[in-house]
Amino acid sequence: MKKTWNKVVVVALSCMMAFALAACGGGSGDAGDDVIKLGNTGPLTGPAAIYGQAVDNGGKLAVEEINAANPDGLQLAWQAEDDEADGEKAVNAYNKLMDDGMDVFIGSTTSGSCVAASEKAFEDRVFELTPSASQVAVTEGKDNVFQLCFSDPNQGVAAADYINANMADKTVGVIYNNASDYSAGIYDKFKAEMEAAGKEIAAVEAFADDANTDFQAQINSMKNAGVDLVFLPIYYTPASNILIQADKIGYAPTFFGVDGMDGILTLEGFDTKLAEGVMLLTPFIATAEDEATQNFVKAYKDAYGEEPNQFAADAYDCVYAVYDALNKAGVEASASHEEICDALVGQFAGDFKYSGVTGADMEWNEAGEVNKTPNAMVIENGVYVPVK
Amino acid sequence: MAERLLKNISTRGLKNAVKGSEYRREAAISYAILIIGFIVLQAGAAAGMIGHNLQGQFVPICCYISLAVSLNLVVGISGELSLGHAGFMAVGAFSGILMSRIMGFHMSFEPAIIITSMLFAAFMAAVAGFIIGIPILGLRGDYLAIVTLAFGEIIRNIMNVLYFGLDDGKLRFAFNHTIDGLDNNERIITGAIGATGTKTMASFTWGLLLCLFTVFVVLNIKNSKQGRAIMSIRDNRIAAESIGLDVRKYKLMAFVISAALAGMAGCLFGLNYSTLVPLKFNFNTSVLILVFVVLGGVGNIWGGIIAAAVLTILPETFRQFADYRMLTYAVVLILVMIFTYNPAINARVKSVVNKIKIKKPGGKDKKTGKEAA
Repeated sequence: MKKTWNKVVVVALSCMMAFALAACGGGSGDAGDDVIKLGNTGPLTGPAAIYGQAVDNGGKLAVEEINAANPDGLQLAWQAEDDEADGEKAVNAYNKLMDDGMDVFIGSTTSGSCVAASEKAFEDRVFELTPSASQVAVTEGKDNVFQLCFSDPNQGVAAADYINANMADKTVGVIYNNASDYSAGIYDKFKAEMEAAGKEIAAVEAFADDANTDFQAQINSMKNAGVDLVFLPIYYTPASNILIQADKIGYAPTFFGVDGMDGILTLEGFDTKLAEGVMLLTPFIATAEDEATQNFVKAYKDAYGEEPNQFAADAYDCVYAVYDALNKAGVEASASHEEICDALVGQFAGDFKYSGVTGADMEWNEAGEVNKTPNAMVIENGVYVPVK
Repeated sequence: MAERLLKNISTRGLKNAVKGSEYRREAAISYAILIIGFIVLQAGAAAGMIGHNLQGQFVPICCYISLAVSLNLVVGISGELSLGHAGFMAVGAFSGILMSRIMGFHMSFEPAIIITSMLFAAFMAAVAGFIIGIPILGLRGDYLAIVTLAFGEIIRNIMNVLYFGLDDGKLRFAFNHTIDGLDNNERIITGAIGATGTKTMASFTWGLLLCLFTVFVVLNIKNSKQGRAIMSIRDNRIAAESIGLDVRKYKLMAFVISAALAGMAGCLFGLNYSTLVPLKFNFNTSVLILVFVVLGGVGNIWGGIIAAAVLTILPETFRQFADYRMLTYAVVLILVMIFTYNPAINARVKSVVNKIKIKKPGGKDKKTGKEAA
């Protein structure tokens, strides 16, 4: 018995040593100079994993398509690392990508981690285009960092403007997560914009954890205040619980979400009937009839067996936009990441335009923010359709 | 008078007083690990042998070491289970960032900014520790653990509604409301969005200094009159009270010093990232620090140093397992826990160590391992 134990110990210890050595040996800079390596960090595990995985899938799909379509042109490679939506881990993941020879950084998926990682990208002169990190601080003061999604303030402002313009007679209430940078950021701007328009928010309720499952108090407060439009600037997991519990007490206002709501239809174990009539502002509609969207949705379904959400579309667009810009700038695959960065900044800060599945004629300003039009969508029969 | 009697009452105190060499040994090992580790890693980094990934973890590792050592003061030396250490780290991180931004507006000499920020962070965390410590230190064991957990969460939730901004060099403050009329780069702390735009000043050298300072403070407390008082309360509260020791005072002392050190570590951690969200300091982080302490051996300073370093690096080295990364980490953690506390294996390791010692000429023969088996 004792001998077996000894063997186990020896095996376990040598395994750990091997891992440690393998980790130390990973410091060899530019690997594979014949391709442009795109890197991404995102929550591949944890509560926000649906976003990280969607970005990973969307990016991978675009890279595969591009490589297959242009066998003689510039070739791309894709690598995504898990950051658990945490700033500290995102910096670690970013550094790991740098160790593996990343040339262009397709941002962190979530805002908090992206701010930390883009600081590093700025220092290292790596071009960054984030698919979905929406905070202003992501791009602020960094000339080589760009966003493909709307920034948080723009979302809050757009939501308030849309509600004021199209549903001015409704009594508005808000349930938001005051411990989430994303949710609180949108709510702040939404509130400011509503106040500026002279509209009153009848009830505001907060919760502090996306893993919260009991929203009775918040929902009852909305109901008692006579709210018939609940603005939910939150992620889809708590939103699904709110929908379920509101339905239980027979409370059926219009629910209005932002891009974090996207993903609610693919949530496991959630009855999509409850999401009927939910409205959200998002730049991507999987049911849109233009050719680019149709092709993307079909390719994505074939590859991963589910409908792409906005995050997958953002990542898909990021890869294509970067590829277009690389070709326009005439970048060679052997270029260093600093050279690529300068070339791409020249394009994106210049008059580069890109049309993809999340918008036509996207343009970027020098601050790194994108200019495109949001679409209001409503869930009907389990799918998103544009609001008429 | 009571304190002077201590050596005779507390077994640990007796041991320490008789064997000052044990203290010296622990101190020597702790400092040696820190300094040798620093030199090896710095040399490796300078020689280009260490990748970005590991280099980027130098500062957080130092912070976690410092947190583990400071928590050891409460858990190991004072013998109370605290589950709210991340709360003090949060207080330190945000007050440190605040101070660094205010000073950064007026001057650009970084060492002065870092030192002042760390001292301010330590002070604020100590104040938080004091305020929290007074009502709760009458509790013991599980009850204290639960209350510290709750206080840790309260601190984090207060951070969620705090807003600070710098308007033309003047500090502006709001509670549960955004500060209007500020540009983004004038905002220091924005509620749940946390601190953004922090100038990253932390470096590995500062990390080492922080670790050395923390170890210095904790080891000296352990070996002082006050330390023996704290340990005697841990070992036998009634006996300690009977000789007139002020239980509350000594417990509070350990708790506040531990909080202050955690605040300094939090400050350096905050100054290492351009952004920091309050969510970072949730219950999970408190537990993580506690895991370092437990794995390194409760009360064992250098064990905690090694555990903090290894457990911070480990999840990163498992990146090659992609989706199975955290699963592997959990399994390894369980295996390590089983092995380090398995008496049969410990005895085996000890006998191997003894064999090596015997081979050395003049090495002291300590055949304790075999009897233990």
